Amino acid sequence: MVDVPYEATVDVPPAEVADVELYHPKSWWTQYVFSQDAKVIAIQYSLTATAIGLVALVLSWLMRLQLGFPGTFSFIDANQYLQFITMHGMIMVIYLLTALFLGGFGNYLIPLMVGARDMVFPYVNMLSYWVYLLAVIVLASAFFVPGGPTGAGWTLYPPQAILSGTPGQDWGIILMLSSLILFIIGFTMGGLNYVVTVLQARTRGMTLMRLPLTVWGIFTATVMALLAFPALFVASVMMLFDRVLGTSFFMPALVEMGQQMKYGGGSPILFQHLFWFFGHPEVYIVALPAFGIVSDLISTHARKNIFGYRMMVWAIVAIGALSFIVWAHHMYVSGMHPHFGFFFATTTLIIAIPTAIKVYNWVLTLWRGDIHLTVPMLFALGFIITFVNGGLTGLFLGNVVVDVPLSDTMFVVAHFHMVMGVAPIMVVLGAIYHWYPKVTGRMLNEALGKLHFWVTFLGAYLIFFPMHYLGLLGVPRRYHDIGEAAFLTPSVHTLNAFMSVVALIVGLAQILFLFNLVWSLFKGKASGGNPWRATTLEWQTPETPPGHGNWGKELPVVYRWAYDYSVPGAPEDFIPQNQPPARRTAQGAAT
Amino acid sequence: MVVAVILLLVAIGSVLFHIYSPWWWTPIATNWSYIDHTINITFWITGVVFFAVIAFMAYCVFRFHHKEGRQAHYNPENKKLEWWLSIGTAIGVAAMLAPGLFVWHQFVTVPADATEVEVMGQQWQWSFRLPGKDGRMGTTDVRNISPENPMGLNRDDPHGQDDVVIESGELHLPVGKPVKVLLRSVDVLHDFYVPEFRAKMDMVPGMVTYFWMTPIRTGTFDVLCAELCGAAHAQMRSKVIVEEDAEYHAWLEQQKTFAELSGRTAVTKATYRPGGK
Repeated sequence: MVDVPYEATVDVPPAEVADVELYHPKSWWTQYVFSQDAKVIAIQYSLTATAIGLVALVLSWLMRLQLGFPGTFSFIDANQYLQFITMHGMIMVIYLLTALFLGGFGNYLIPLMVGARDMVFPYVNMLSYWVYLLAVIVLASAFFVPGGPTGAGWTLYPPQAILSGTPGQDWGIILMLSSLILFIIGFTMGGLNYVVTVLQARTRGMTLMRLPLTVWGIFTATVMALLAFPALFVASVMMLFDRVLGTSFFMPALVEMGQQMKYGGGSPILFQHLFWFFGHPEVYIVALPAFGIVSDLISTHARKNIFGYRMMVWAIVAIGALSFIVWAHHMYVSGMHPHFGFFFATTTLIIAIPTAIKVYNWVLTLWRGDIHLTVPMLFALGFIITFVNGGLTGLFLGNVVVDVPLSDTMFVVAHFHMVMGVAPIMVVLGAIYHWYPKVTGRMLNEALGKLHFWVTFLGAYLIFFPMHYLGLLGVPRRYHDIGEAAFLTPSVHTLNAFMSVVALIVGLAQILFLFNLVWSLFKGKASGGNPWRATTLEWQTPETPPGHGNWGKELPVVYRWAYDYSVPGAPEDFIPQNQPPARRTAQGAAT
Repeated sequence: MVVAVILLLVAIGSVLFHIYSPWWWTPIATNWSYIDHTINITFWITGVVFFAVIAFMAYCVFRFHHKEGRQAHYNPENKKLEWWLSIGTAIGVAAMLAPGLFVWHQFVTVPADATEVEVMGQQWQWSFRLPGKDGRMGTTDVRNISPENPMGLNRDDPHGQDDVVIESGELHLPVGKPVKVLLRSVDVLHDFYVPEFRAKMDMVPGMVTYFWMTPIRTGTFDVLCAELCGAAHAQMRSKVIVEEDAEYHAWLEQQKTFAELSGRTAVTKATYRPGGK
């Protein structure tokens, strides 16, 4: 074992698991469609997530059109607005971000970065994608059923989620809950794979403390997801029973539109606890892979080792653990026992400490670096700004008494979009620019990339930064039309219109990005195997794009950590992880 | 260079926007100015951190961007620096949390002399109930709800007979008197939200929630619903009128009690219902 992660060693222990035989595709179908290759599955996950993500993007346009210009668009009424926000939120959080980070980046990068041939259970990994695809189809089918998709808000709070005052009560809510159940089944199959692969299939010399932070982030997020999603699974099954079978898990005795209902004895707050027991870790399930990936982007493009690697790893693990005891900070005004507030405010603010350490270490990595302002680096810088901004407003909402006036206002909407919308998306985009050459063998167009970055970053900031101040003023969320109230000045409407126009432009920039993805596939500059001169194993494959099995005849052997950039005395400003130390000094220290 | 300047401008722009924003909280109307103070403390601490981090980052980009011949410094870790930063952060966090918990303790400790009023939410209107001359409100049950008894009061409870029932009207409150607002819903989640009061709380069917406050200035305030409650969520409005004691009592005198309301409606029903019960 290596005591100090950044010291390279010659002695490499034998592998824990012997090399594996893979199932090699025998036809076009098993090569490209029902493939068991994690890289193909990763691309399938990514394309599906992007496709449904585009739906969510269009929904956000429609929402912004309504908010910016209420009453102008006759095809958007109150019911549809609620359906749009619900589907937008659920798609973005679960079907886009979770699927993309874990199913997409996880599948592509874990085996390559740990030096494995594939995931340890390739068949189950393939099934994971197909169940995910089914979940997406079930979700999207809600647009075509009578009554349309559910408009319960992405939090799906009962009782309203299954009562007739909420749009989508007929089929929408049933499809939503069924789709979530499917998603969780599919995710569990993939998630077990990611965890076991990281634990069991690392190549010789790849100790845990030599893993790139990308793998640490995805690994920890997956462990969390495996523990958190069951709570949502249970909640979804129970609510489905309440809706379809008339049980009363979450339904107290109530009167709907003057009619006495047959429900009784259930607890709406129980659902909220279950939902947020999943929902808060979910924030970090999205954030931790982003933390990991952005660490590697910054290190590679600043040509400098990540600062404080060990602290970064412990911060990821600490955040992952703490995020399971903060969930009720989403429920300060839910009517739960008020004394919970003391506990959850304290745990929530404590989580700021490991999170702040990560931020410091990112900027300290830039300090005295050799910063190449490539497109991935720009997105990493954009991530730091939006994440710091969104993280700091979290200190408002986490501090129970400050949350009271701000909860359920646009401040909350601005906060979570900044911290778990814009910030992770910055990382997703930066990561695509970074790894696209490995996936396709071609570079994305840089000029288009820079334009894409500036419009996306500045635009998103212009939308969500001022939005906080609408919340401070008191503008509530989930209103299709704010209407008249004494505290609302005309300037509120002006700001809403401004944000809507910017949102349209930011959305168009994403279309430009999609164009770049397709155009560069055919016309992009050939990248070679390691265009960024990076140290991690995925850049050292014999072929680009890597073939099935990743490594040719022999698995790589790892001698050093993932961050040997600009090592003094080294001939180049990076040393790949699989490069043996050149020499041994008399003291036995290796370089 | 350009990138560094833009990053710095984002930080400066954010601070200027904060200072000159025309969108700021509404003038407070209750005793909860402590909450506003805690928000201000939080703004100061987070604002300093935000500006420092972004400005430092912009400086790094300006100073260390790639040039021919530049080599990055090799510096894996610095335990001392990392610990100092952690301790500094912990102090900043404590400086926000301590006042926050202190004020929360006040928020959840209802003064003994607070009078009770009840707000009931239903899709999509507000109803209010005030205790009658006996100072106590009668019991309720959602199973009692009928067109004649929209708030579901218990007909056999003597304390409920003199309760003042205001169905889908406006709530009046006397200025300067602490009030415990009991919150109830008969169908879905709602949230009694008056921006000027700062305090708010969800209303949950099957249970009674509450918050307390002391109105400190007179005026008419908009009531909104802050918890998504279905299609007409945005239209679920009412008003609270905070007024001097004399005006408040004059208003209270004109309100109907539960006994008056149910007696009268019962008679009307009996007259018009063919066959009768």
